[in-house]
Amino acid sequence: MILPFLIIIPLLAAFLITLISGEKDNWAIVLSVLAEMSLLTLALFSFFTTGYDTYVYEMSGWKIPLTICLVQDALSGFMLVIVNLIALTSLMFSISYIRQYSSPWKYYALFMLLITGMNGVIATGDIFNLFVFMEIALFAAYALVAFGAKAEEYEAAFKYAVMGSISSTLILLGIGILYASTSTLTMAHIAAELQTKDPQVTYWVAAVFLVGFGLKSAVMPFHAWLPDAHSSAPAPISSMLSGVLIKALGIYAIIRIFFNIFGAPPVFLTIFMVLGSISIIVASYLALGQWDLKRLLAYSSISQIGFILLGLGIGSKLAILGAVFHILNHAIFKSLLFYNAGSVEMALGTRDLRKMGNLRGALPVTTSTSMIASLSVAGLPPFNGFFSKLIIIIAAVQSQHIIYAIIAVIGSLLTLAYFMKVQRYGFHGETVINEIKKPVSLGMKSAMIILAVLCVVVSILIIPGIREITLDPVVSVIISKTGYIQAVIGR
Amino acid sequence: MIVYILCFTLFLVGIYGALTKRDLIKIILSLGIMGYAVNLMIILFAYKEGGSFAILVKDGINSNMVDPLPQALILTSIVIELGITAMLVALSIRLFQKYKTFDITKIRRLSG
Repeated sequence: MILPFLIIIPLLAAFLITLISGEKDNWAIVLSVLAEMSLLTLALFSFFTTGYDTYVYEMSGWKIPLTICLVQDALSGFMLVIVNLIALTSLMFSISYIRQYSSPWKYYALFMLLITGMNGVIATGDIFNLFVFMEIALFAAYALVAFGAKAEEYEAAFKYAVMGSISSTLILLGIGILYASTSTLTMAHIAAELQTKDPQVTYWVAAVFLVGFGLKSAVMPFHAWLPDAHSSAPAPISSMLSGVLIKALGIYAIIRIFFNIFGAPPVFLTIFMVLGSISIIVASYLALGQWDLKRLLAYSSISQIGFILLGLGIGSKLAILGAVFHILNHAIFKSLLFYNAGSVEMALGTRDLRKMGNLRGALPVTTSTSMIASLSVAGLPPFNGFFSKLIIIIAAVQSQHIIYAIIAVIGSLLTLAYFMKVQRYGFHGETVINEIKKPVSLGMKSAMIILAVLCVVVSILIIPGIREITLDPVVSVIISKTGYIQAVIGR
Repeated sequence: MIVYILCFTLFLVGIYGALTKRDLIKIILSLGIMGYAVNLMIILFAYKEGGSFAILVKDGINSNMVDPLPQALILTSIVIELGITAMLVALSIRLFQKYKTFDITKIRRLSG
């Protein structure tokens, strides 16, 4: 049983890093990279061995309604792989990037706490435990956003912390109401109990959770904190926040709670579609007007989250396949784009698109990988973003949601437009830049190259033979209304 | 019923303060009020008129005890809130050092 280790290893690493690190960060790097490599291996192993099965780990020998349980199925395995993959590349990118700040070992300790929180949220099968791990992840995230210790970073971190605590309080309220009506905290038992209760309870709790987790995943009416927080953090942390944190804490929790516990009530699916399409259009439009590269990418994250939510809201099997695939794709290309922004910021000292220029000579790796990532996020074949967006649009047409399909197409075109702007001004501009302040190190380059290769390679997941062993089990976990209850309780 | 309504009113007071106040410290206090309201509500869900505390009695089962689980949850949630509040206070001290003010309308370098 490997699920507990996905929580123990990063927590232990964080503890040991704070214990043994001095002024130098060498031991912190060794420990965190070792921890993260073992985590990625464990996550890949658990994903490929799980398949359609579900394994439940009950803590300290008690049986399920009395204990906290960890649940491992295809969905959690899939999310664990995404989180730990992006975390490993983020650590590779951090090694030389984070040395420009003071006391870098604190960064690694906080980073490991962030991983602990996200792995815990994904692995747990107990709703209050989900809340606790979510707070661990958020606590590390607040500190990491403020890590640069500049005025703007404190401002962004404060804004993020206030919005985060409002949403956490709402989620705690929802958990309280759920406990009052079902007398249990295990998610599968809550789901089983709710089927016998008045649906009014579900609607009230779901409304509270929608606002709470909507704030966490930054869909459009709840997005105000995201552009500040994600653009002020150090680049590897921006990529962690945008690439995986809003998915682990927001989208994953929404899937677990609304699909597995509440059984996907149609009213909320419609709300997801509406919120998703608002996010796609408005955030793309706002991104078009940005000149700060990282801010533009942050707005782009909101619009891509809109695509995922639209796919979930359509609710057919194909649409959920598209949404699940887009979760993986967005994690890969958005992290890559934030690494590009980080290496440009390190090399030129600016992230204003107007002050950048032709970087082909000075930063060849960054320029070429940013081109791949831009084409991928804009949805051009043969890159991965094309396939997931295409699946979502086809699914919308198939389920008679023509208007939403048109919105998704317009959103795609707007995405193409603002990434053409990034390429035109930022990387292939008129002023040729030859001298750079600091060279981009090998670790940063290799992180970018790994993700750029993945942008192309991940497309093969859509080939039927490979899809059947990777994405289809995840979709079946989401789409089956009572499968989660059966799998956890009826063993 | 009246206690739940009062509790919810307290929650709304907290949300109102967090969304409308301009002073950093008042925002932190409002978040605290929100948290207390939710904690109180969860304790009230488990409360039962005339119930006793949840420990084993000498001659077998204590049949008239309140539900102890929410109390355990609230202890955890209080600890989390303490951490978050400490974080917010630390951030606001740093913000004061940088901007020389607690007024959020003057702390505005990020926009767009």
